[in-house]
Amino acid sequence: MTAPDPRDELVDHLPALRAFAMSLTRNRATADDMMQDTVLKAWSNIDKFTPGTNMRAWLFTILRNNFYTSRRKLNREVADVDDVMSGQLSVKPEHDGRLQMMDFKVAFNQLPDEQREALILVGASGFSYEDAGEMCGVATGTMKSRVNRGRAKLTQLLKLEDDDTLELTDQATMAVVSGSGFATK
Amino acid sequence: MAGQDDPKKAKIAKYIDENLKQVFSDLEGDEMPTQITDLLAVLRAQDDERKTKK
Repeated sequence: MTAPDPRDELVDHLPALRAFAMSLTRNRATADDMMQDTVLKAWSNIDKFTPGTNMRAWLFTILRNNFYTSRRKLNREVADVDDVMSGQLSVKPEHDGRLQMMDFKVAFNQLPDEQREALILVGASGFSYEDAGEMCGVATGTMKSRVNRGRAKLTQLLKLEDDDTLELTDQATMAVVSGSGFATK
Repeated sequence: MAGQDDPKKAKIAKYIDENLKQVFSDLEGDEMPTQITDLLAVLRAQDDERKTKK
């Protein structure tokens, strides 16, 4: 019996890899270029992947290294944001789940790269602080600090300190997540 | 004060993480761009060719 080819597993992680690339670059074309480079590198260096370890973490690390190397070369941040992530941040939160989600995306896109990356790795992808720190080449404490600063900035941008507002946005978010529609409640 | 602030902070963190997961999940659901599927097809074909030559 032959060992499974890790290249087959690689394909399974591509949707998450693209989501990570989109979150990091905030630009579809740049994300796709980054992803293409990452797939090419991963495929040709598959012998460097240790079977049994976390392939998603390995792929994310390659992609983020590509991103920061390319950004350093260009000496500028990619500022353009796709229509998927764009929109207007409302002054007061609206009582509608979809608008809330749009506001959230706009606020999220305003965070510095390191904080966006930290929140995606820890908050959305479920990596531990330790693993995320390792992937980003920083100490666990630094990763915790980035996540905390990112959350604090989102709290400020979305005016989440107001308990009543949070109750409403919580319901709105859950309506979107469950697909039940906020207005029907 | 801290006792009142901590649950609020935890609630905000939970709200943020739920939104992050939703944003990430939406992006994961996007169709894979053809440049990536084409690249995979080329890489697989190259591998197959290499294997048959061995």
